[in-house]
Amino acid sequence: MSQFFTYAVITATIASAVQYAAPFLLAALGETVGQRSGVLNLGVDGIMLLSAFSCYFVALRTGSDLLGVVVGMLTGAVLGLLTAFMSVTLRAQQGISGIGVYILGLGLSDLLFVRFVGTPLPVSSLPNVSVPGLSRLPALGPMFFQQNWLVYIAFLLVPAVAFFLYRTTYGTRVLAVGENPAAADSVGISVTRTRYATVVFGCTMAGLAGSTLLLLDGIFQENLTQSAGFIAVALVYFGAWRPFGVMTGSLLYGVVTAVVLQWKSLGIIPTSAADLAATAPAVITVLALVVLAGRFKQPSSLGKAYVRGA
Amino acid sequence: MAGTPEVASAGPLLEMRGITKRFPGVLANDNVDFDVRPGEVHALFGENGAGKSTLMHVLYGIHQPDRGTIALGGRPVRIPSPAAAIAMGIGMVHQHFMLVPTLTVAENVSLGLKSSRGPLKDLSRVAARVEELSESYGLRVHPSAKVWQLSVGERQRVEIIKALYRESRLLVLDEPTAVLTPGEVDELFAALRKMASEGCGLVFISHKIREVLGLSDRVTVLRAGRRVATVQAGEVSGEQLAEMMVGRHINREDLTASAVPGRARLSVKGLVVRGDRGTEAVRGVSLEVRAGEIVGIAGVSGNGQRELEEAIAGLRPPAQGSVLVDGAELAGRPSGAVRRAGLGYVPEERMRHGVVGEFSVAENLMLASSNDPALLRRPGFLRRRAVRARARELVAAFDVRTPSLATPVRNLSGGNIQKLIVARELAAQPKVFLVAQPTRGIDVTAARYIHERLRAEAAKGTAVLIVSEDLDEVMTVSTRVLVMYEGRVIGEADPRHTTREAIGLMMAGVVAAGAEPARGPGRELEAAADAEVV
Ligand SMILES: Nc1ncnc2c1ncn2[C@@H]1O[C@H](COP(=O)(O)OP(=O)(O)OP(=O)(O)O)[C@@H](O)[C@H]1O
Ligand SMILES: [Mg+2]
Repeated sequence: MSQFFTYAVITATIASAVQYAAPFLLAALGETVGQRSGVLNLGVDGIMLLSAFSCYFVALRTGSDLLGVVVGMLTGAVLGLLTAFMSVTLRAQQGISGIGVYILGLGLSDLLFVRFVGTPLPVSSLPNVSVPGLSRLPALGPMFFQQNWLVYIAFLLVPAVAFFLYRTTYGTRVLAVGENPAAADSVGISVTRTRYATVVFGCTMAGLAGSTLLLLDGIFQENLTQSAGFIAVALVYFGAWRPFGVMTGSLLYGVVTAVVLQWKSLGIIPTSAADLAATAPAVITVLALVVLAGRFKQPSSLGKAYVRGA
Repeated sequence: MAGTPEVASAGPLLEMRGITKRFPGVLANDNVDFDVRPGEVHALFGENGAGKSTLMHVLYGIHQPDRGTIALGGRPVRIPSPAAAIAMGIGMVHQHFMLVPTLTVAENVSLGLKSSRGPLKDLSRVAARVEELSESYGLRVHPSAKVWQLSVGERQRVEIIKALYRESRLLVLDEPTAVLTPGEVDELFAALRKMASEGCGLVFISHKIREVLGLSDRVTVLRAGRRVATVQAGEVSGEQLAEMMVGRHINREDLTASAVPGRARLSVKGLVVRGDRGTEAVRGVSLEVRAGEIVGIAGVSGNGQRELEEAIAGLRPPAQGSVLVDGAELAGRPSGAVRRAGLGYVPEERMRHGVVGEFSVAENLMLASSNDPALLRRPGFLRRRAVRARARELVAAFDVRTPSLATPVRNLSGGNIQKLIVARELAAQPKVFLVAQPTRGIDVTAARYIHERLRAEAAKGTAVLIVSEDLDEVMTVSTRVLVMYEGRVIGEADPRHTTREAIGLMMAGVVAAGAEPARGPGRELEAAADAEVV
C-alpha cells in the first residue's frame, strides 16, 4: 500500500487540493468581507451558477477565458447590486432574500443554458502557469507553483483582504459598520454605502469563484456548483471571519476532496460507496463547525438591517 | 456658575428656533427654542419622554425637524446627517455609547476621519494626540486598549476624547453621568468645565438636579415636548426646577425610617459566584435582609453586584454557599423555583431581561402569572377578559402611563417600563424583593414613585434588597447600606449617620477605621436628599 504515500502521489494530491480549494476560497473571502460589514448573503451559490454560465457562454463564443472571467465577475457584481438593494435598501430578511437569489441563479442558469447553448460543448480548460524559480523548488514547486492563474489570484487575495480589513481606514470602517452601525453612522460613515460596497465586492468574488469552477470543469451543466456556495458560507464561520482562517478551512476542504478522489481512482473506495465518500468534505466541514461553534463571536450586527434613530 | 468665566457679550453659538418634530402618535418637540453661547453649559431638563434627546438628535442630523430653523454662529444651516453635523463642529456623546467594542480606543477616536497616511491607518499619530488630550483634560485612557476591555467610566472618557479630537465647538452630552460613580462624575465635570473655559459650548442632559445646578450656567426645562422655561442656574432652587418639570407642586421625599425590622427573610451565606470569564466575581458574600428592611448594595459597577444578584435570582448557579428565602434553600435552583419560593426580581437591563418589547402592556403584565388559575380557563388557556382586568388594575395602581393596554411595551418611556415591571413583580406578593438599578435613567417623579412603592412594600413586611450604582438613591431609600468591592462586602453603614464621602471611599475600596463614621453635621445627607427629590 506504500504506493499511496509515494512522493509523486502526495505532491499530486496536495496540488489538486490547492486547486479544489481555490473557488471555495474566492467565494468565502468575498462573503467574509460582506459579513464583516453585517450582511449575510446566502445567495452565493446562485450567483456562482449564473456567473459560471455567463463565463461559459462568453468563453464559448469568443474563445477567450479572460473575457469569460470578466463577464462572470460582472454578472456577480450586478447580482451584488440586487442583493444589496434587497438587504440594505429594502431591509429584507437576509436569510430569505438570499435563498431567493439562490433559486433565481439555479433556475435561470439552467434555463439560459438550455435556451442558448443546448448541447454541452467544452471550452478550453485552464493552462497551468509555472512561477519562474519557485516552481522548481522540490515538493513545494509542483504543489503550489504550477497552478493556473485563478488559483494564484485566490491565494494572493488572502493577505490582500487581511491587509484591507486590518490596516486600512476603509477596513476599519467596514468592521465598525458590522459591529455597531449606529456608532459608525454617528461619526459620519455611511452604513448604506459601506454595505453596498462590501456586498458588491463579495458577489463579484462569488462571480469569480463560479467562473473558476466552470473553467476547471471546462463545461457547463445544471447545478454545476453542487452547493459550493453554501459550503463557502459555512467556511466563513469555520474561519471565524478571518481571511487566514477562511483559507485554512478552504484548504482542509480541498485536501479532503482531493484525497477522496484519489482513493476512489485508486480503488481504495469501492464504487458502491463513492457517493457516500463524495459527501465527506461537507460532513467534515460541518463537524468542524460544530466543534468550533461559539468559540468566536460573529459580527454583532450580522443579518440585521440598520435604521437610523431606531 | 461652577467656575466658568462669563463670556459676556458673545453672540450665540447655536440658535434653534421653533423646532417641531412629530413621531407617529407623539409630538416629541413642539415649537422649541433653544440656544447655546460660547463658553456656557446649558442644561436640558425634563421628564422621561419630554423630548430632550429628540431635540438633540435634530441638532445632530439624526432626525429632520418638521418645522423650525437652526443657526450656527449666526448662519442658518441645514443638518441632513451626523456627518454634516460633525463637519460643522458639533459633537455628541449619546445616551447609549457609540463605540465599537472590538476596536481599540485610537481606532474608535479616529473612526471615520481622514488619515495622514491616505488609505492606511495612522494609529501612532492618533495615539499621540489622544495621550495629549488625555493629559490636558485629565481623562485617563490607553489608546491601544480594546474598548470592550474598558469600564463604563473609561468608555465615557473615550467618548469625550472623541469629541475633543474632532475639535467640536459645540458638544452635546446626553445623560453622561447615568452610569458613573461620584468620583468619575467629578473628573468628567472638571474636563467639561475646562472645555467651556476654552470657549466651547456644552449641552448637558441629566435627571440629577444636583448635577444640573452644579455644572450648568442656564437650564431649559422641557415638558411634553414644549419649552417651559429657560432660567439662570444660579437663580433657581432644585425644588423650583422639579416643579417646572412636572407642572405642579411636589412634596419632598421623606426619609422617615421604616418600622423596626423583623425576622430574616433572605439570608445569603458564603456565596461564591463565577463571572462570565470564569473568574470568581463574588468571593464569599454573606448578608441578611429582614422583614421591613430595605438593604441597599452600593458599589462601582463590575464589583460582583450583577453576579450576586443573578445568583440570588436563580439565573446563575453559585459555585458555593447558600441562599435562603424564609428558611428554604434556593442556591442552584432554577429561576422558576426561586420565584415560586417568593422572590420578586427586577433586573438591571429592563428591555433585554425585564419585558418582551413586542408584547403589549397587558401581556407583559401577566408574564409572571401565566399559571395563575384566576387567569386561566383550562391549564394553558388564558382568559382574555381576566388578563385585561388584571392589567387595568395594575396600570392604575402603579400609575403606568400608556396610551392603551394593547400598546407594545417598547413604545413606553423608560420610567413607565420600570413601573410596569415593578407592578408585575409586586402583584405576585413576594417575600423578598430584589431590584437592580431601580431608577437608572428615570426622571425624578417616576423615581420617587418607585421609591415610595419600595417603602410601602417594606412596611408590609417584605424584605427589600436593592442594588444600585447611584449613591444618592442608595442613601435615600435604604435603611442599611452594604458596599461591595471586588466581590466582597467590605463595609456596612447606616445611611442616616454616614456621609456620601465615607461611602464613596468604601466604593473605591478604602475601608475607614470603623465602617460607620460618627454622625456629621448632616449637610451631606441633606444634599443627597436635595439631589434625589427636592
Ligand atoms: N424614533 C422614534 N420613533 C417614535 N417615537 C419616538 C422616537 N424617538 C422618540 N420617540 C418618542 O418621542 C418622545 C420624546 O422622546 P425623547 O427620547 O426625546 O425623550 P427624552 O426627554 O430624551 O426622555 P429620557 O429622559 O427618557 O431620555 C417620547 O414619547 C418617545 O417615545
Ligand atoms: Mg433621552
